[in-house]
Amino acid sequence: MARIGARRAVGAATGAMLVAAALTACSGAGGGGAGGANSINVLMVNNPQMVDLQKLTADNFTKQTGITVNFTVLPENDVRDKISQDFSSQAGQYDVATISNYEIPFYAKNGWLAPLDEHISKDTAFDQNDILEPMRVSLTAEDGKVYGEPFYGESSFLMYRKDVFQAKGLTMPANPTWQQVADLAAQADGAQPGMKGICLRGQPGWGEVMAPLDTVVNTFGGTWFTKDWQAQLTSPEFKQATQFYVDLVKAHGESGAPQAGFSECLNNLEQGKVAMWYDATSAAGSLEAKESPVAGKLGYVPAPVMKTKSAGWLYTWAWGVQKASKKQDNAWKFLSWASGKDYENLVGKQLGWSRVPAGKRASTYENADYVKTAGAFAEQTKNAISSADPKNPGVQPRPTLGIQFVDIPEFTDLGTKVSQQISSAIAGSTTVDAALEASQQLAAQVATKYQGK
Amino acid sequence: MTRKAWRPWGLFAWLAGILFALPVLWMVLTSFHSESDAATNPPSLLAPLTLSGYEEFFGAGSGASPWPPLINSASASIGSTVIVLLLAIPAAYALSIKPVRKWSDVLFFFLSTKMLPVVAGTLPIYLFAQFSGLLDNISFLTILYTSMNLPIAVWLMRSFLAEVPVEMLEAAQLDGAGLVTTLRRVVAPVAMPGIAATSLICFIFSWNELLFARVLTGVVAGTAPVFLTSFVTSQGLFLAKVCAAATVISLPVLAAGFAAQDKLVQGLSLGAVK
Amino acid sequence: MATQTLDRPLATSVNRGPKRAAEWARRAPLLPALVFTIIITQLPFVATLIISFLRWNALDPSNQGFAGLGNYIAVATDDALRSSVVSTVILTVAVVVVSLLLGLGLALLLDQRFRGRGFVRTMLIAPFLVVPVAAALLWKHVLYNPEYGLLNGALTWIWGLFGGTAPPQPDWISTMPKIAVEAALVWQWTPFMMLILLAGLQSRPFDAIEAARMDGATPWQIFRYLTLPHLRQYLELGGLLGSIYIVQNFDAVFTITSGGLGTANLPYTIYQTFFQAHDYGQASAAGVIVVIASIVIATFALRVVSSLLRNEVKS
Repeated sequence: MARIGARRAVGAATGAMLVAAALTACSGAGGGGAGGANSINVLMVNNPQMVDLQKLTADNFTKQTGITVNFTVLPENDVRDKISQDFSSQAGQYDVATISNYEIPFYAKNGWLAPLDEHISKDTAFDQNDILEPMRVSLTAEDGKVYGEPFYGESSFLMYRKDVFQAKGLTMPANPTWQQVADLAAQADGAQPGMKGICLRGQPGWGEVMAPLDTVVNTFGGTWFTKDWQAQLTSPEFKQATQFYVDLVKAHGESGAPQAGFSECLNNLEQGKVAMWYDATSAAGSLEAKESPVAGKLGYVPAPVMKTKSAGWLYTWAWGVQKASKKQDNAWKFLSWASGKDYENLVGKQLGWSRVPAGKRASTYENADYVKTAGAFAEQTKNAISSADPKNPGVQPRPTLGIQFVDIPEFTDLGTKVSQQISSAIAGSTTVDAALEASQQLAAQVATKYQGK
Repeated sequence: MTRKAWRPWGLFAWLAGILFALPVLWMVLTSFHSESDAATNPPSLLAPLTLSGYEEFFGAGSGASPWPPLINSASASIGSTVIVLLLAIPAAYALSIKPVRKWSDVLFFFLSTKMLPVVAGTLPIYLFAQFSGLLDNISFLTILYTSMNLPIAVWLMRSFLAEVPVEMLEAAQLDGAGLVTTLRRVVAPVAMPGIAATSLICFIFSWNELLFARVLTGVVAGTAPVFLTSFVTSQGLFLAKVCAAATVISLPVLAAGFAAQDKLVQGLSLGAVK
Repeated sequence: MATQTLDRPLATSVNRGPKRAAEWARRAPLLPALVFTIIITQLPFVATLIISFLRWNALDPSNQGFAGLGNYIAVATDDALRSSVVSTVILTVAVVVVSLLLGLGLALLLDQRFRGRGFVRTMLIAPFLVVPVAAALLWKHVLYNPEYGLLNGALTWIWGLFGGTAPPQPDWISTMPKIAVEAALVWQWTPFMMLILLAGLQSRPFDAIEAARMDGATPWQIFRYLTLPHLRQYLELGGLLGSIYIVQNFDAVFTITSGGLGTANLPYTIYQTFFQAHDYGQASAAGVIVVIASIVIATFALRVVSSLLRNEVKS
């Protein structure tokens, strides 16, 4: 009895294993197919410009070239994790990804990206020299090779409600200083019921609150690190700038500031909840779009300054090609199409000129159709981007590239931790001094890796 | 029993029920609003209803179809549930009806694997998947979901099989009934509700899983929860889209859970509550 | 030993025939599941243990090698990890205790008879059946958003009813980040506790309660001296199972606060070190420490389970 039972039991168990294996094999049959020779995988951030691209790809790019594009779209924080995970291990799941000018130099240095120079020189229609110079600089690695092509670019500037300023009898200087902006914010506060003076990001994240704050730090004369990697977060300039930013947003900033990022501020300005907003130039496109309630009511001036001539940041979502990708030629074809001049025209004609992924090419600002739609901000945007200097954004020499970031891989982690401190200071749960004291230790720890290198 | 004295409790219960269901109801309502109506203060309760959130979910804006991730989730959830049952039922049999020696130690070993932090094992699993070309592979995810649910299933099935009346088993053996007959006549009636509860629980946990899916999938094997997060953007409004997506993705779990509330309790309590 | 008391009589009765074959016959059905579980859940930890002794940061590919105990020293002196231990404990205890208490209250309510009881029960279960990441997104964006979230929207609405023009518009997540995460989790887990406790309530010995009532016991006395002792093992069960799941919570912390504002728990911190800082060595060391701590806690928790098992909860 026991024997028969044993044989049957063993048989049943083996059978179960076999069935399980078969089932797994079946369920897997559906997957694994996305690697066809004539297709590429693209990982990108979920911004409206990318969603437009996703929509236009099949009917245009795929039709012209026969290359199918499989997109994975994720929100910004998630996409960064995913990109660095895939590229650092050179897993090669994705051929192309949206990589910002922050990552490109050190990704290239680590050998994760394929250089594009050869493709660029062959593809004359792409016209590399049409790309704005600061963009080209920030996408070129130490070895002098180009590792990314911008999809769209931005700097930062100050936006304000002309109608509100007029009603209150306020005037915005052509090149405001931060002190002037703070005074204006105090005066514009309460200009309409529920309206605050200014919207400034307060949300934790190195790309959130740290971006505008770092431009303030730069122009106040502060820096994260000296040329020889000494952390400077407790220097008087850094403290003064941070204290200024925190005080301004606490006194005359938007409600919910510690959680406000780009979209919250965009919404605030559109809904008439703030009179000014210092943020990305790319915001103007949405603000001046037809359906925006504030279209035509806004003025644009350069990023406020203190000790420097200009203070705007420089940011671009660019396309990078993974070195491990086996489809380098197809990948370049995609880059050439998505970052090319024709794509801007395609978007302009099919979706409207306000949706053009601008801020990367000089020719965009000579395009009559574009300038007609974007007249309110086109010039200011181009000037802001052209005057950004990623190599020398402050008053002292810097150890590495970057205006609103420090171009080292550790900055994501460091910047995020520091941003959490700043955000807490804005929320009032800690002081600026304490926040910077804690941040200084983190920064000093990171810096030791680079000292003497 | 004096029923009348209890009347106000009914009212309280109704209030509590509405309070708990409110976020879910609000999610469903928001999913039928336009993006601009979804983001107003005070909330636009009576705003016109529209299907645009669902159209976005089904790819109107981006051209991205939700079907591959939904199918991936379904195949990983159903596939892993089937494998779990195939592995867990024999194991539970060996832990209850014809128990091995030290069976309770084995049982505790299974449970202890549920207490280890999953996240600590993700890196080796990722590196292994990359090394063996199993990244972005729904079969690999199915295997991981199987290991995630197997301990629960073993506990659950054991607690059901432990109910099998020993006397009847012995009687069947004395009557010369074969193993299959014994299983069918005596074991199956007790085991069936257990299998139902186990299936439900395994399905729900696999369907809900996010961490492994995030780390290990990409272009082809992305699951529904990962797809859901892709609707969040840092630029522009997305509440209606996200609510629509959340509603569709929660629908299978909501339907299964409502239909089998008792099985849900049994499953979640590892069969301790019947 | 629990093992002895739990063994069933059948185990000893079939002891004839070649002993070895019989033993393997018993083990055979168990082996596939056991082997599978060992391979998939234990081997990765062995790999984690090895990696924890390596200097390996994917962002710094030129600098790799044997680190000795370097990673462990870094972990031990890392404030972030220490504070995430505290966060994990607070999060788990707060969510389990609050949802147990709320669940008990709701179970007691549902144990009464009233019109539409089935429907109310269905409404109460709904939160538990929303996909966790969907629930987290729902709380973060639809309820907590300071500009247009439902909570502040409702405040505006209520103020409007009374003619107020400046309703308070708190920024829920940044002013009370821990409570924000906990509230979302309590909302999801209360139905679970309620279901278990309701099952407990409905398995009460009815005659004992009726007898007590005859003897003139007050409802409170019945609750205190009859219902509560009966519910004890159900409370323990709910607490244990809730802890198992909430200790490992990743979705809510990741989605609602991205680990900011002091809410980062252990799973999130380790995830961050792995997949954002890419410090594989240090993350693995942290993982190993957490695994060891889990084993210690699990051993304790398993004792609770085994006492539960001994009294086999049955209705």
